Amino acid sequence: MPDRPMISIENVSRYYGTYRALDDVSLEIGAGEFFSLLGPSGCGKTTLLRSIAGFDVPTAGEIRIDGTPCTLLPANRRPTNMVFQNYAIFPHLDVGENVAYGLKRLKLDAAEERRRVSDALDQVRLTGLDKRKANELSGGQRQRVALARALVMRPKVLLLDEPLSALDKKLREQMQVELRSLQKAVGITFILVTHDQYEALALSDRIAVMFGGRIAQVATPKEIYQRPRTRMVADFLGGMNFLQARLTSERSGSVSVETARFGTINLERPKGFAPTNGHVTVGIRPERLRLLWDDERAPHELVGRVENRAYFGEVTHLTIGVDGLEQPLSMVETNDYGADDLPLGAEIRLAYDPDAFVLLSEDERGARM
Amino acid sequence: MSSAAIASSPEAVKPAPGSRWMRSEEARGLAMISPTLIYALALLLVPVTLVVAYSFWTQNYLEIDRTFTFENYRQALTEPIYRDLFIRSLWISLVTSAVTVGFSYPVAWFISFHGGAHKNLWLFLVTIPCWTSYLLRVMSWKVILGYGGVLNTGLMSVGLIDEPITSLLYNANAVVITLVHSWAAFAILPIYVSLQKIDRSLIEAARDLGDGPMRAFLRVTLPLSMAGVVSAFLIVMIPTVGDYVTPKLVGGKDGVMIATAIQAQFGKGANWPLGAALSVTTMVLVSLVAAAVVLALRFAVRRIR
Repeated sequence: MPDRPMISIENVSRYYGTYRALDDVSLEIGAGEFFSLLGPSGCGKTTLLRSIAGFDVPTAGEIRIDGTPCTLLPANRRPTNMVFQNYAIFPHLDVGENVAYGLKRLKLDAAEERRRVSDALDQVRLTGLDKRKANELSGGQRQRVALARALVMRPKVLLLDEPLSALDKKLREQMQVELRSLQKAVGITFILVTHDQYEALALSDRIAVMFGGRIAQVATPKEIYQRPRTRMVADFLGGMNFLQARLTSERSGSVSVETARFGTINLERPKGFAPTNGHVTVGIRPERLRLLWDDERAPHELVGRVENRAYFGEVTHLTIGVDGLEQPLSMVETNDYGADDLPLGAEIRLAYDPDAFVLLSEDERGARM
Repeated sequence: MSSAAIASSPEAVKPAPGSRWMRSEEARGLAMISPTLIYALALLLVPVTLVVAYSFWTQNYLEIDRTFTFENYRQALTEPIYRDLFIRSLWISLVTSAVTVGFSYPVAWFISFHGGAHKNLWLFLVTIPCWTSYLLRVMSWKVILGYGGVLNTGLMSVGLIDEPITSLLYNANAVVITLVHSWAAFAILPIYVSLQKIDRSLIEAARDLGDGPMRAFLRVTLPLSMAGVVSAFLIVMIPTVGDYVTPKLVGGKDGVMIATAIQAQFGKGANWPLGAALSVTTMVLVSLVAAAVVLALRFAVRRIR
């Protein structure tokens, strides 16, 4: 939990008729934090962002920004600014006028206004483009103008609604780096809405994963990737091999489960873990499985066959069938030893680390906070 | 590539000159619009040319004297009666278009922003008055505004006035009221179209950057819908300057407009060249005023920042 909450969301719900876009969401976001709302489309992440911005009024619950209740405050009176998904650059104004748009209301003197506009343009590396017409900008430039226009207002919170989704891959990766360093430089809270798990992992201090209008898990990128709490979170954040297991013993800090081919595994017991009739799901990431070459030995080994192979350049994705397992295992192997040349049907041995398994909750609606 | 191959082979049949053009997009486009184009040329360009030609000739009883003269234009521009009629016609059409646009904008805005799922129904309702004849609509305003008309009897029965107001019908106001009603639909539609094209997130961005609803409207919605406002203004203004029926029916003697004078010259006055000169002068004046209005509106919008 952050030391000083900049945003407090308390039991916020938003219904459209009987459809629950947000279902009793509570969340605290700290000052200066880079926070991501991650989830598939329709999970409520954009509705939540729009409620913070003031474009959507929750049906129930309260939103506080920097301690001030804001639930019913219109967008123009909130200390937040937004970078829209399509950037919403005013087409009838040039770049300078776009960036100065919000400053006009502050009635600054002309020199001060010019200085703030050019500082903001410097910050997003658009120095000297203030006379450029809105329709003469590339996608990346539009994105930067939208950023400058929001940052020039010196908001307490910057809201970003899928800002990178319209850019091509190279530019997106470059903008991710810039966004991160920009956030460090200005030091204000950034809230990013994204459906791209890698973007969320690469940028955020913390991530909230949402499904069906509820928050499934809030944690740091590392924790959410390595220790996902539910099956849906694990699945959304990358590949995961799911295994059915039987609970054999339960202690306060850990549990033991029995699996089909991996034997008995001891697992950390997650908070609020409640197994149903002794059957549980455990998961292991594909990259935590490793091929064993020649006479290399490992403490924990398994024998299987190559069922499928997909070449990804730097890595090869393998599907390994193992007798006694319902589902084949997927694994990711670097191509250093020739995993890309393995023939289909080849007998292989693979090594795993029992500590890499995680215990997953099956809650379809997402775990409560 | 294929053309190079053809050129290198001497036996190849050379395409007839111009056949490349015949296959071009441009040629196909022209072919497509040719019926309309021929129609427009025959029924617009030819009569206008004739009118312009007539305006430099002289009526000599039953014959036309085809010697070139500016005499008709001198009369059209200096005779006080014509000058007054020009000014009044332009004034009435300007007021009509301003009032029409002023009334139509909120309607178009409402349909575009708050029409919800029933936008098309609203637009359909807007066009309903156009289903009856123009003449009937003008006549019905006579019934409403007349001495013993709907408005007067209505106001008297609720006790707001003691005797009928005589200044309702047969003056310039009656012409404006009638024209505004007739042209409203033609102003609502272009404004609606331009409002529909505005990306709603731009208005949200304006709100996000600190504007209240009114300022966001003035700084974003209005400038971005200006194309619609300008075309609505022109669509109403240009035809109303030369309107003949409405002034005749509800205008009385104070509502007479230039079209009545032009009609008189071509009819009873039997002075076609003067009528032609008045027509050409009207066209030029309307174009000038329209251009001035467009520039003024553009300038006014640029001032709101």
